[in-house]
Amino acid sequence: MEILVCARRVPDTSENEITLNDAGNDIERDDLVYSINEPDNYAVEEALQIVAKSGGNVTVATVGTDEDEEILRREMAMGANKAVLLSDDAFNGCDGKGIATVLKGFVQKSKFDLVLTGVQAEDGGAQVGGMLAAMLDYPFASLVNSIEVLDGKKLKIGREIEGGNREISEIDLPCVLSIQTGINEPRYVGMRGIRQVASVEIPTYGAAGLGVDSSSVGAAAANIKREDYFIPAAGKGAEILQGTNEEVADKLMELLKAKGGVQ
Amino acid sequence: MTARIFAYIAYKAGAIDDTAAELFAAARKIDAAASPTAIVVGSGPDVDAVSKNACALFSEVWKIANDSLAYPNAELVRQALVKVIPQGSVVLVPHNHFGLDLGPGLSINLNAAFVSDVVAIDGVNGATLNVVRQEFGGQVSTHVRCKLSNGIVMNVRPGAFKAAETAPINGNIVDKSAEMGTLTAKRRYLATIVPEAGDVDITKEPVLVSIGRGIGEKDNIPIAEELAEALGAAVSCSRPVVDAKWLPKSRQVGSSGQTVKPKVYLACGISGSFQHLAGLKGNPFIVAINKNPKAPIFQVADVGIVTDMLEFIPELTEKVRETKKVTA
Repeated sequence: MEILVCARRVPDTSENEITLNDAGNDIERDDLVYSINEPDNYAVEEALQIVAKSGGNVTVATVGTDEDEEILRREMAMGANKAVLLSDDAFNGCDGKGIATVLKGFVQKSKFDLVLTGVQAEDGGAQVGGMLAAMLDYPFASLVNSIEVLDGKKLKIGREIEGGNREISEIDLPCVLSIQTGINEPRYVGMRGIRQVASVEIPTYGAAGLGVDSSSVGAAAANIKREDYFIPAAGKGAEILQGTNEEVADKLMELLKAKGGVQ
Repeated sequence: MTARIFAYIAYKAGAIDDTAAELFAAARKIDAAASPTAIVVGSGPDVDAVSKNACALFSEVWKIANDSLAYPNAELVRQALVKVIPQGSVVLVPHNHFGLDLGPGLSINLNAAFVSDVVAIDGVNGATLNVVRQEFGGQVSTHVRCKLSNGIVMNVRPGAFKAAETAPINGNIVDKSAEMGTLTAKRRYLATIVPEAGDVDITKEPVLVSIGRGIGEKDNIPIAEELAEALGAAVSCSRPVVDAKWLPKSRQVGSSGQTVKPKVYLACGISGSFQHLAGLKGNPFIVAINKNPKAPIFQVADVGIVTDMLEFIPELTEKVRETKKVTA
């Protein structure tokens, strides 16, 4: 099975506090640690497990700039066979539909049986996979937390729905699935693995190479524009207990007793 | 504003979802004079009953009944909606597991803009609709401008808009079923699997020691278990702990896990995403313990402690044990 995983490099929220910059119009981007968007990493792992059983290749693609190559190399170190960077000045300022339009260009110039995305990016809207599927007229499922290959033509998938329930469906190939975290346990990538792919040439495609009309992507074509970042005026918020850990534990103990927290 | 506003009505076993009234409230934020149209999709007696119920709030309810729509398969629902919704409309959809399936693709088929997980609406300004979203797990918000000219599909966060208290009205049902023709899907619903019950039922526990990413590693879980034991509480958790397979799914609090109603909730190393908070009901006394003073959990907690939970919790456990010894 030929599998494409669409991935993104995002500020890593487990490594950074996201705060506003001094001007108050963007997040503070100095010293941010970036990594692959977490659900996208699960998607790559899932793709690797599928090809390990059923054969085929895993390609990882991202829409971005040279800086984003680092996540492509990381996913190649994980085991992806190929990686491509979709990059063009015309792509600057794309909204979700713009990104989906670029990816559609790449899917159409290649041949994939299965396209995976992460369910949502840290700064995204859980939208690109569903849009891409509709553009290609492929079936789509979001929040996928299990995949079983039934034959060369369809998959049996589970989706995470409310209350811990799982919705089981059959879906025809080719299709687009957005992958939820927890579907698998992504393998560890060591420095040695990263070094091995450090000098691999990563092909880059621009609008012309993808057959994407430049006027259909980028800031000018965007339906959605993020104006700023802000922190909403806080509500009453928590009463913060101050002091050493021991002093705070004493205060908290009294509160817990009063509120029925000690059974 | 001239665009027509539609609200997709979610329901389960014939009971209308809370999001129906929330979408109505959201429509009124777009345009205070809006008279949004409800769309109820399904089959059999449920679709009739829900359509009738929706008439108490919406002056017009479009009913789409079709045998293939017995289960809300987003692919089929999308085909149905595309057949009836006029170009340039604003379509409101709840941002839940169904909305994630439906919204993005629907926007492509309607050639409309798509805006996801909207938490507030500032209103229409000329050719744009201005809304508020959150990013990075709710750590920051953003003002977003959406082009109105081709219509908008808007996924609205459940619980973000307060349903207004309005007297019931007597709306009209318009039956759109005849416009459906044949609907076919490349994705077919098979079954819903209910999770196995865990060893502990966290939905019935009055006190929960709940752990998140801040627990760091599996080997630290006994730190939380010891506190829970001292308090006579149970250990629950947020999604990253289940993703890492450190605790079973039955211990997860949140929209994709369990809904709990404890008296006291100790959120330890939990940032407080809206998906997590959606599983916390009954207005418990919330204690938040987190290293990050900006964590959204401090906005909803009653008491906050800005510290490393791994250092603080053993201290607290000791304190609880001493207290119990004295009183015993």
